[in-house]
Amino acid sequence: MDIHERIKEIEGRISEALKGVRLSKHLQEIKMKFLGKTGEISELMKGMRDVPPEKRREVGQQLNEFRGRTEEKFNALNEELKAEELKARYAAEKTDVTMPGIRGVAGSFHPNTLVRDELVSIFSGMGFEVFEGPEIENDYYNFTALNTPKDHPARDMQDTFYITGDLLLRTQTSAGQIRVMENKKPPIKILSPGKVYRSDDDATHSPMFSQMEGLVVDRGITLCDLKGMLDEFARKVFGEGVKTRLRPSYFPFTEPSVEVDVSCFECGGKGCRLCKGTGWIEVLGAGMVNRRVLEGCGVDPDVYTGFAFGMGIERIAMLKYGINNMKLLFEGDVRFLKQFKD
Amino acid sequence: MKAPLSWLKDYVDIDIPAKELMDKLFSCGFEVEELIETGKDISGVVVGEVIECEPVEGTHLHVCKVDCGKEGVFQICCGADNVKKGIKAPVALVGATVYATAKDHVTVEGVMTIKKGKLRGIESDGMLCSGAEIGVNGDMFDGGDYCGLLLLPQSFENGADVKPLLGLDDYIFDIAVTANRPDCQSIFGIAREVAAVLKKEVKEPDCSYTPQKGAYEDIKILNEAPDLCPRYIGHYVKDVKIAPSPLWMRKRLAACGLRSISNVVDITNFVLLEMGQPMHAFDLSTLGGREIVVRRAKEGEKIVTLDGNEFSLTAENLVICDGEKPCALAGIMGGLNSEIEDGTTEVLFEAAKFARDSVRKTSRALGQHSDSSAIFEKGVNEYTTEKAMARALNLIEKLGCGTVTDLHRDVMTPYSHTESKKMCVSIEKINALLGIEVPAETITEILKNLQFGVEREGDSLRLTVPRWREDIDLYPDIAEEVIRFYGYDKINGTFLPSAQITNGGYSEEQKAANKLKRTLSGKGLYEISTYSFYSEKDLDTLHIAADSPLRKLIRIKNPISEELSVMRTTLAPSLLQVIVRNLRKGNMEGKVYELAKVYIPKTLPLEGFPEERDTLSLGMWGKYGFFDMKGVFEDIADLMHTRFEFAPAEREFLHPGKCAEVFSDGVKIGYFGMLSPEIAAELSLDRDAYLGEIDYEELKKHARAFRYSPLPAFPEETRDLALICGKDVTCGEIEKEIYAACKFVSEVKLFDVYEGEQIESGKKSMAFSVTFTPKDEDISARVDGFVKKILGNLKFKLGAELR
Repeated sequence: MDIHERIKEIEGRISEALKGVRLSKHLQEIKMKFLGKTGEISELMKGMRDVPPEKRREVGQQLNEFRGRTEEKFNALNEELKAEELKARYAAEKTDVTMPGIRGVAGSFHPNTLVRDELVSIFSGMGFEVFEGPEIENDYYNFTALNTPKDHPARDMQDTFYITGDLLLRTQTSAGQIRVMENKKPPIKILSPGKVYRSDDDATHSPMFSQMEGLVVDRGITLCDLKGMLDEFARKVFGEGVKTRLRPSYFPFTEPSVEVDVSCFECGGKGCRLCKGTGWIEVLGAGMVNRRVLEGCGVDPDVYTGFAFGMGIERIAMLKYGINNMKLLFEGDVRFLKQFKD
Repeated sequence: MKAPLSWLKDYVDIDIPAKELMDKLFSCGFEVEELIETGKDISGVVVGEVIECEPVEGTHLHVCKVDCGKEGVFQICCGADNVKKGIKAPVALVGATVYATAKDHVTVEGVMTIKKGKLRGIESDGMLCSGAEIGVNGDMFDGGDYCGLLLLPQSFENGADVKPLLGLDDYIFDIAVTANRPDCQSIFGIAREVAAVLKKEVKEPDCSYTPQKGAYEDIKILNEAPDLCPRYIGHYVKDVKIAPSPLWMRKRLAACGLRSISNVVDITNFVLLEMGQPMHAFDLSTLGGREIVVRRAKEGEKIVTLDGNEFSLTAENLVICDGEKPCALAGIMGGLNSEIEDGTTEVLFEAAKFARDSVRKTSRALGQHSDSSAIFEKGVNEYTTEKAMARALNLIEKLGCGTVTDLHRDVMTPYSHTESKKMCVSIEKINALLGIEVPAETITEILKNLQFGVEREGDSLRLTVPRWREDIDLYPDIAEEVIRFYGYDKINGTFLPSAQITNGGYSEEQKAANKLKRTLSGKGLYEISTYSFYSEKDLDTLHIAADSPLRKLIRIKNPISEELSVMRTTLAPSLLQVIVRNLRKGNMEGKVYELAKVYIPKTLPLEGFPEERDTLSLGMWGKYGFFDMKGVFEDIADLMHTRFEFAPAEREFLHPGKCAEVFSDGVKIGYFGMLSPEIAAELSLDRDAYLGEIDYEELKKHARAFRYSPLPAFPEETRDLALICGKDVTCGEIEKEIYAACKFVSEVKLFDVYEGEQIESGKKSMAFSVTFTPKDEDISARVDGFVKKILGNLKFKLGAELR
């Protein structure tokens, strides 16, 4: 058979074979049948050796053209089929993106831990070290060394849990101040976070709660320095624009003593429910370390002065997160805890 | 501390509104917790004169025409029994607000607004009022307690607002007084501060009196407890006539919420309110032997106080006695046996200083509190003690209720303070502490306003401290007085310009604990915080044995309740409570942890500080199982760069087949397991719960520093070994043998366990993946040999064979 006819005949069969093809996978099979290593076109080309030399050039050219044409045909169709297949896949795989995501289960930190870490990070940037003292203290560290002798009415300010006549559950982290000053020479800048205990139990008081005490002792420390540091604290914890206000108060271990209010971050000081209409929220107590306390710890009060401040961590947490009942912090209800992802 | 504005005005010319005074007091350290407006519920009530009064037949009512001056004349129907033509009474006009009273016409039930209305068909434009209906009692105005109309004097002008006339336009300041200012536990004490803040003079209460000389039978006062009673003053008053007090005094007492009793008793109460010095009056005729002995009570001695309560006393309690028996609990309450009665004719007035802790202790121990004990506990000063006695005697004269004699006994002791404290302070030092420059003149002025004696010499101030200011100790106290009145708003923030640089942050140990928490929270556990104390019963719940060391508990002497009475020795009971609470609230699954202390006594009863050990508790319930819990332990081991060993164990509250003890370097560091089904049933829990604890103090000793291990130069080899062994052989035993058999084994991982048909009964199949890591040689050709050795050892030691 003449090469023309062979080509025509094969081409005819190819067209016939391609007629019903819908899937690229079938197209590939047909392609192999004709264009594969042992396919018909390849076989035909192998027949070149039998072609007389004078015709080889012409036949070769025709065969090559034929092969090229056929490949193009297959490729074009393949692309067409692939495009359709992709379209079909997209349609089939259309996902309802509003369905819930699959998530790793994250735990959470207790709100107290969150607040404590935030406070520590603020104050450690200012050079404060963290010191933790014992929770079971003696009368000396918890009261006497803090200028609160036995007959002092300030002892009534805090209802103390006693274990023996001398040992008690510390009522204030201030007890840690003394332990630090006994063992460290100024300059001192410490933070003392921890649990404290008072015989009080209602919606805003818990027999166990946490405090964070700060103490600075160095030369030339002033009340203005205390104010400056608390301004910084208030801005970082409660937001830019939050101001502090000092007002006179009394703690036996500081003199002068102040109560520190921050301007209400909820209403900006106009007065709202959170600040009970006053525009101010009481957050901590502070003051200049009493000379008697410094003396008792072997620090010369004529050379060094200092300030101390103490705040309730739960109180800050409740204010910051809008928690209305202190009990929630100690119940361990996972519905409560899981909200504190940080 | 309640201070009526009207009373404060007796001592200071207050020319600013109450609200403004409240702010001023706040600025100088006296927070007004509540500003009470006395007549705030009453409005639209005026003086009315009944000009016509006709009975309504068949009723108890009268129909009246009432002349209310500029307000007009109104027809008012009235049911009071004392209504008649010509009287004056308060008239609540239409729209007025007054108190609604119960049927007794006295008990207040709420506030009501007067409307135009009809009584028995008769029009009534307003209401004639009783005292109770406008908040006036008999101490505020004569006749105020009567259940009919409050009759007003003819001198009151018709139509005038009754509030100022009846004292209903007053303000009461309820002031929080800090513990360092016992001198401000009185109206006059507050008045001194008001004067200072307003920069006005303070008028002293009139303390003058004229003692009548005479040959009176002596009254001996013996103080046998000078440490508990530094000063005792007694004064004899005779010809006492017990009678009601005059209205002005009753009004004062009423404004502070006290009811009048009789002139003599009222005087003691008045002086307590005014001066802050509790006083007592003994009926001298009841005192045996005309003598007073101040002494500690004898063990078991009894006293019945004025309120009828009987107490059995100890030597801790200070009593005031006559020659024979206790007549008063010193500073707390008088005895019933020496009470002032209507027939009392001779009185011994007492003004004393009792030690504050003595009064506090007795008051607490006996559970007996009074206005007097509240003040003594905070402290009185002797200046006031002296003054108060003089004031009381002045009032005796003023009220004409007795003859003040010259029999005055003032018993001082070595504990007495009669001198003014003198001190010398430096202006520079005051300003250095404050951090601002308060001018010397201002400092002087502030101190003078506070009645300090001030002499200035250059930088130094020579001060005479007022005798009532026992809180003033050192120069910072003076700095506080200065800034209190100069204003805290003048303090400007600075940032430690003179301090040295220090290095801050958590210690390494604290960082490690924080890292542990981060890991656990990252693994899906919620951090909890529970009370450090619980009940011993909580250990019973966990079936903890009676002789368990966990029962060596530190007890709180004065717990809030038995529920919170012992310091915990294990966190497990607290953890179980959290799990139970969650399940009861319908939280069907959860994973929690807590890093907190347990309290281990070295001796009991406790001597010296106990050991406070940081302990980690881990809890899971709901869908979680044994290996979820174990996985957390393994995560912790990874974090510490160590490896834990686990061994089957038993614990009272855990399932005996699902309980493991955990070791690190052969030392026990914790345990975990499933809550025993028995306890779960007792607590009606319908989900499995797992509990674990790690002794964190011990664990942290096992933490290793992290070191990078060089990557092997030659490839690792892995072989899977499926073994058949006896049912009792544990995974751990096999792992241990595999590790022991070959030093190149770097990991042994169980990946399948099978028991069943294809396995001989009594045996099980366990499949392990074993990784061999070469060091610096190629071991690929030797691995088969290693496996052979491993299998040989397993067969020999554990009877395990390749499947």
